[in-house]
Amino acid sequence: MTYKNRLDGRKNNETRQIIAKAGVIKKADGSAYFKIGKTWAYAAVYGPRELHPRFMQNPNKGIIRYSYIMMPFSGMGERIRPGPNRRAKEISMVSQKALNSVVNLEDYPNTVVDVVVELAQADAGSRCAGICAASIALADAGIPMKDMVAAVAAGIVDNTVCLDLDYEEEHYPEFAKEKVDSEHVADIPVACIPSTGEITLLQMDGIIDSTQLIDAVKLAKEKCAEIAEIQRQAVRARYEGDKK
Amino acid sequence: MKEKINEMKKEEVQIKEMKKEEVQIKENKKEEFKSEGKLLVQNKTVVVPGQVLAEGFDFLPSYGTYRKGDKILANKLGLINLEGKVIKTIPMAGRYLPKKYDVIIAKVIDVGMNAWRLNINSAYNAMLISKEVGNTGGGYNSYPQKGNLSKIYKLGEYIFCKITNVSGQNLVDLSTNGPGLRKLYNGRILYVNTHKVPRIIGKKGSMVNMIKNATGAKLVVGQNGVVWIQCEPKMEAIAVKAIRKIEAESHIPGLTGRVKEFLEKETGNKITEETNEHSEEHKQSN
Repeated sequence: MTYKNRLDGRKNNETRQIIAKAGVIKKADGSAYFKIGKTWAYAAVYGPRELHPRFMQNPNKGIIRYSYIMMPFSGMGERIRPGPNRRAKEISMVSQKALNSVVNLEDYPNTVVDVVVELAQADAGSRCAGICAASIALADAGIPMKDMVAAVAAGIVDNTVCLDLDYEEEHYPEFAKEKVDSEHVADIPVACIPSTGEITLLQMDGIIDSTQLIDAVKLAKEKCAEIAEIQRQAVRARYEGDKK
Repeated sequence: MKEKINEMKKEEVQIKEMKKEEVQIKENKKEEFKSEGKLLVQNKTVVVPGQVLAEGFDFLPSYGTYRKGDKILANKLGLINLEGKVIKTIPMAGRYLPKKYDVIIAKVIDVGMNAWRLNINSAYNAMLISKEVGNTGGGYNSYPQKGNLSKIYKLGEYIFCKITNVSGQNLVDLSTNGPGLRKLYNGRILYVNTHKVPRIIGKKGSMVNMIKNATGAKLVVGQNGVVWIQCEPKMEAIAVKAIRKIEAESHIPGLTGRVKEFLEKETGNKITEETNEHSEEHKQSN
């Protein structure tokens, strides 16, 4: 049996429902949430502000400090120990690099822009949701950036290329209702700059063959352009809402 | 000889033809440029990073925008502003970036041997050296060059001062030597969005003077988004509300009328236009 009907009834090139909103944390310079299905990411941006320790300062331009944290209750049952662990540190690092290429902080030497991303719920695709939320928050904070960074995961479930896998699809052999052809599941988070088509984050988990990999990345890239439009609308809506 | 002359003539003809072709190509290109050029956004609308503002080469990118290929894209969140062919955005959010000759309100965060370090509500701290201190109220030559600087400005005090210099790496120098520059006693400090300060002040201070007249408050607005208010408590609350209203609604047209209405409703007094004498007084004192 091939994987024809997805577990939650979506089409192969369809994401879960996306809700994005800017300006949700008043104390922050810029903030946003990005909810994709049951994955909820909240992002707050502080700065540009003075950077300590001083050895991290860059006299040419400001830097971004990204922190990805899952809330203790956000997982699939077991409590997650609060604070950064090995996984969170790695995701923080790659997400920071995904955002670095769009922001332009040359006017702010020796400073830092702190991006704090917290996940209230995580149901797979959390680093993508985090990047989407962070880039809305950065735009909301008035940071100069050449474009939004949109991110979405693609992958294969039972030899079929799908977009935006959720937790059950990532563990398909466990949750499958039918007989499974291949046990392999692959998950490929892709972040890209829609205006140039450049990919700023590309990771992979699982086993996939080369033609399917190209298909999956292409599918994710196409969807990124649509997600970027949702992100821009979220920033705009904050000011257009009260205009009537 | 004849052969040579013939060759020369041939070359000349060739060169002329080449030049003609070049001219033609140039004209064709001009036509191409003319036919394109399309504006995709309306003036005074909110744009976000990555949004395409115009196509073709008829428009020029300015602050907050950039050109990519034949398109102009937004670089920053802001209101679009068209001046002829120049497209720029007026920023709506973001931290204060210190600029020379700006008049700001700063907070003392450190006292050194002969200088203070001040927080100017920006990504950078500023320095105020004791030489740059103006009249501190002690009469002739009242500023000491040595000794305890806490006698003049203590930790945590707010000072109305001006920026005298900003270096390439954004090191900021301040001065309190100038008309109206002084320490701010008592009162309340408000932090507002830096980019809304011009709207809070209004044209030639019209908005600030309206709030002052309606509430009887003493108001000082720094370019860095710090506002100092001194007033009786009831009116102070109204003044704060008015400022918050301006901050929230400044991008919607008809702001002055709405603020006037709001102030009249809250204070219960009519605001008249004959307040020019009063405003001039304030200008001198500030």
